[in-house]
Amino acid sequence: MDFVVSHYNYLIAIFLMMTGFYTVISRGNLVKKIVGLNIFQVSVFLIYISLSTVKDGVAPIYVEGVKVYSNPLPHVLILTAIVVGVATTALGLALVVRIKEAYGTIEEDEIHSQDNSL
Amino acid sequence: MDLLIDISLLTFLAVTAIGIIRITNLFAVIMLFAIFSFLSATLFMTMDAVDVALTEAAVGAGISTVLMLATLALNKDHNEKQPDKNRHWLPLAVVLTTGAVLVYGTLDLPDFGDPASAPQTHVAPHYIEKAIEETGVPNIVTAVLASYRGFDTLGEVVVIFTAGIAVLLLLGGRREDPLDDGAKDKRVPQNLVLRIVSKIVIPVIMLFALYVQFHGDYGPGGGFQAGVIMSAAIILYSLVFGLGAAERIIPKSVLMFLTSLGVLIFAGVGIASLFLGGNYLNYSVLASSQVAGQHIGILLVELGVGITVFAVMLTIFFAFAGRERS
Repeated sequence: MDFVVSHYNYLIAIFLMMTGFYTVISRGNLVKKIVGLNIFQVSVFLIYISLSTVKDGVAPIYVEGVKVYSNPLPHVLILTAIVVGVATTALGLALVVRIKEAYGTIEEDEIHSQDNSL
Repeated sequence: MDLLIDISLLTFLAVTAIGIIRITNLFAVIMLFAIFSFLSATLFMTMDAVDVALTEAAVGAGISTVLMLATLALNKDHNEKQPDKNRHWLPLAVVLTTGAVLVYGTLDLPDFGDPASAPQTHVAPHYIEKAIEETGVPNIVTAVLASYRGFDTLGEVVVIFTAGIAVLLLLGGRREDPLDDGAKDKRVPQNLVLRIVSKIVIPVIMLFALYVQFHGDYGPGGGFQAGVIMSAAIILYSLVFGLGAAERIIPKSVLMFLTSLGVLIFAGVGIASLFLGGNYLNYSVLASSQVAGQHIGILLVELGVGITVFAVMLTIFFAFAGRERS
């Protein structure tokens, strides 16, 4: 029980990661796949931020007299990763839009069958 | 109490994720994803990652959702094809095996909040103890982002710049009627309440974006968040008053100029510090004292980040929204 409480963040992060992974490999709809990738990505953020938390620490903004802060380094890595993440998501969605225009569908199996019938 | 909030928010996240898998209506999926992002932002907040929470709230719950909805709007069918029941077993087996291996891996991870764990004992104490002396910036995240790891951040800004250009290449062309009136555009809602409320809200959002940009040294915030919030103000304007009206305020050519200007400011500060005798992106040489130089450098670099992020987010949005019309 102690293990579950002290590692709850990591366990949920892994659950979310696997949820995202499952969505990506089991669903054929391209928009849903991108949502799945985003869930996967958030789970990675969650692991980093969980590792940065320090018990009884405060947010890493300097205040006179306070000694214990959360670790600022994972915050930096993740905050840039979030903005890069949305830029790459936009690129993925742009590809989806072009696929829709070329094939008339965003379902993976229909795209494959059109490719094979050529 | 903190632990209780933490655990219940995490459980909500897991439930939302299950909802996202099970629901086949894509509109509902995207709305659930916005909730998912917002929940994770709240969770980051409770874990003392205020800068990250601000970014996730603006990006995940804001921009990502708008872009996904824009993609969906181009697709007439809003329902996902029901997946084949027999194809579930192989993905499920793969996922369960991977998950089991990862759970085994967590056995070696430190307890949540352990102050003696490995991430807390190497380079982080130096940042926490020395950042205020060395850079004069109270927000340690900003100091690390813009100064200690400036190289890394420059790389990230270039990635965002590249993604913006790539979206423009994929979706930018083929525009028949770029500047027509919002009044003629049938997709623009002619709702009086919406128009008046957004007229009141948009200046406040812009003011907040400027505050987040220039107060990032002292409180949570900085160029990344400010750029996203500022672009959200323009996106709101274009959703309510029409794309044509928004493009008259910020023409495409200006956006392209701003996209590259931000990266140029960032890289230019690095080159200026080279010429003044320091290393690349070592701001200490920019002014007479180390702290003053660091301050100028961080301010300029954050400005560059803000401009590029703002311009790229808007470029991407305009590319998606303009596609819809043609």
